[in-house]
Amino acid sequence: MQARGTVFRYGDNVDTDVIIPARYLNTSNHKELAQHCMEDIDQNFIKQVKKGDIMVADRNFGCGSSREHAPIAIKESGISCVIARTYARIFYRNAINIGLPILECPEACDGIKAGDVVSVDFSTGTITNETTKKVFHSEPFPPFMQDLISSGGLAGYIAKRGQQA
Amino acid sequence: MGMTMTQKILAHHANLPSVRAGQLIMADLDMVLGNDITAPVAINEFPKFGKKTVFDKDKVALVPDHFSPNKDIKAAEQCKCLRTFAGEHDITNYFDVGQMGIEHALLPEKGLVGAGDLVIGADSHTCTYGALGAFSTGVGSTDMACGMATGQAWFKVPSAIKFNLTGSFAPYVCGKDLILHIIGMIGVDGALYQSMEFVGEGVANMNIDDRFTVANMAIEAGAKNGIFPVDEVALAYLKEHCPKEPVIYEADPDAEYERVIDIDLSKIKSTVSFPHLPSNTRTIDEVGEVRIDQVVIGSCTNGHISDLRQAAAILKGRKVAKHVRALIFPATQEIWKQAMHEGLFDIFVDSGCAVSTPTCGPCLGGHMGILAEGERAVSTTNRNFVGRMGHVKSEVYLASPAVAAASAVAGYIADPNKVEEV
Repeated sequence: MQARGTVFRYGDNVDTDVIIPARYLNTSNHKELAQHCMEDIDQNFIKQVKKGDIMVADRNFGCGSSREHAPIAIKESGISCVIARTYARIFYRNAINIGLPILECPEACDGIKAGDVVSVDFSTGTITNETTKKVFHSEPFPPFMQDLISSGGLAGYIAKRGQQA
Repeated sequence: MGMTMTQKILAHHANLPSVRAGQLIMADLDMVLGNDITAPVAINEFPKFGKKTVFDKDKVALVPDHFSPNKDIKAAEQCKCLRTFAGEHDITNYFDVGQMGIEHALLPEKGLVGAGDLVIGADSHTCTYGALGAFSTGVGSTDMACGMATGQAWFKVPSAIKFNLTGSFAPYVCGKDLILHIIGMIGVDGALYQSMEFVGEGVANMNIDDRFTVANMAIEAGAKNGIFPVDEVALAYLKEHCPKEPVIYEADPDAEYERVIDIDLSKIKSTVSFPHLPSNTRTIDEVGEVRIDQVVIGSCTNGHISDLRQAAAILKGRKVAKHVRALIFPATQEIWKQAMHEGLFDIFVDSGCAVSTPTCGPCLGGHMGILAEGERAVSTTNRNFVGRMGHVKSEVYLASPAVAAASAVAGYIADPNKVEEV
């Protein structure tokens, strides 16, 4: 499993209210949610994001509400991976559960700027900044979590296991 | 090695003799909660888990409280989704408008959470029930769907911070000031992945509503849960509301804590969180002159009867400043009725406040009190992130009901002790 794309770079405490403002939570339609992703801190995000792009942030990414709409909006916008120093716990759980790969790697956060092209290998945890040629290492996902993410999330993973049993 | 209160509850529900911080466990759930924003996503996911119906129709609670009474057609469709699912699965604890209250005030009031219970809710403020000695934590919609299908959830056992409380609050200081003070001290990720355990002789001096407020905002410090010991105050509340026998867990004397923080409640001052983080706190004497446009008193954090009484004590015989809209949101129908019978509504309306039916409404910028560009609100709610209550260039200042009421009268952020001077 791999990801490769251009980086959108954010700071500390990116909360779920700016990832997807509550005024848009009267729908759970993924495409509608994605149209408003990040708009309260970065109106250009949704205009510029391309499939496969990567989001990099600092501490406590995804703090605030438990809305699963937040990782859903990020994933649906085309983002293939989030890299941050730390995550708020509910966001972390939700991202994994819906199959959005997210990595904790403070060193990579130090060495990645907006606009850099970054590739990620989830099986080894290797993060490569192709722009600066720097390589970083995060904890790789264990095999079950790689399987869970490639199944599109917890529900798909459990359904698949049910079929195999 | 000894266990914390939280670890004991988790061990019991995982059917294990003991657990340690960092351990991954699968635990049985006593209640699974969702609202009109999170439950539709869970209901959509539910069939994918391959179960025809919920694990226990008495252990699922559905509360359409966020955008209800329905604020628009899309919100109406989401509430309808809950109503239909509740009907199809014969969910006992579905509370529509008329019975509905803000979920985290409603569940304890209806006796749906007992001491020693393990509760998950697809709402981050589910941690409120720690006030009753329960382990409760917020999760997302997929976890809620999985919980409804299987009656179980996985957890990573948290380590803990111990808050050793002594003394009692000064006049007009309450649980809200304590938790804002703590978040200001440790930061919005100061308790990330951890439990916040509140103990010490000072706990006895906090009423149950203060404890609900403190546990409610544990998430704003990044915590997994906040929890209080089950003492006479908690037992009195449980006896009045919950038919279940309380199961009381005390931390072992040799339980391990990452940090121990001593707090003398008598030293806590009225505290205000400035935009745009709950950790951006100032004590009331450091606030300066901040002119405001709106005051919101209510929410899952501060919509309890003692909160309304505090606000009424200040508003009695006074008028809300001309340029301020003051909105009061009792958290449940029962609290609403009690406030009415106590004459609080006369005080609120005579002073120029509007009193609403229970709803989460303005707290998350949903409806019933949205801010325009450049407007400022003093609010007893729990978050002041960018755009939280409306326009991206509006501002929310978090405070206690007493500070909010004093500010409504003054027209700027005001010290309740100085309201005479306004």
